[in-house]
Amino acid sequence: MNGLELWVFVPVAVLAVIGAGGLVGARNPVHCALFLMLNLLSLAALFLILSAPLIAALQIIVYAGAIMVLFVFVILFFVRPGQVYTVSYSLPLMYSLGALLSVVALGVVLTALYQGGLFHPGVPVPPTAETPLDVAAPASLGVALFSRYLLPFELTSLLLLVAMLGAVVMARRVSREPAGGKRSPEGDS
Amino acid sequence: MERIVVYSLVLSGLLFSMGMLGVVVRRHPLVMFMCIELMLNAANLAFIAFAWHLQEVSGQVYALIVMAVAAAEVAVGLAIIVAVYRYRADVDIDDVSTLRG
Repeated sequence: MNGLELWVFVPVAVLAVIGAGGLVGARNPVHCALFLMLNLLSLAALFLILSAPLIAALQIIVYAGAIMVLFVFVILFFVRPGQVYTVSYSLPLMYSLGALLSVVALGVVLTALYQGGLFHPGVPVPPTAETPLDVAAPASLGVALFSRYLLPFELTSLLLLVAMLGAVVMARRVSREPAGGKRSPEGDS
Repeated sequence: MERIVVYSLVLSGLLFSMGMLGVVVRRHPLVMFMCIELMLNAANLAFIAFAWHLQEVSGQVYALIVMAVAAAEVAVGLAIIVAVYRYRADVDIDDVSTLRG
């Protein structure tokens, strides 16, 4: 890895951290969604640097396209006029407890990386594949996806089908339920 | 090990712990969901970094599958949140503590 890619990597990583911090700290959920979108786009740039262009494109299409549009739609669907977003917590210690938990998790990760010899440079990596294949090419990813990982791929499609049916069923039951006994204050149709 | 893999893994751990902090601290359910997405993306970054390090395409396949699972989770989770909102008209996660309909 030459220095140029590190010069690209570090500002993009800083952008990703800024996005994550804004997601945790912003008060308005729409601002949270925008900060998360900043984080997702900078992670797509990192995927490009790490020579995974297909994953980067899918990150932009699936996450920044579909999922974030869904999030923003649901957020705007439930914004009431004059709603005040409070960042209050049920426990007064919740800030410090959450910070302690996340610091402990980060410490565990860094300790595991250190124990795994990550920070010792020059450890030769044995080549795992017999023939060195080009990981940057989408063709190799497609070949792996349809030959060696065919079963997980098909199970993923089954999972998507089940999730779609579940979402449709839940939405239908909610829209039919106002005819029953239990009522929410708005929306009698 | 290459420096960029080290930086990627450290960034992945940092983003994961920030997402965990958000899930624990925030009380808006949609923001909690977005923090879960942040954690999934941190795991994806680690997968991609290891795929680059080992010159193996398996990490990218796992990242793809994680992405699909995240899409399914968002669909079902947002449907549940919409159902809860329609029923309760409430935005606080602490008040949604009963399992009865």
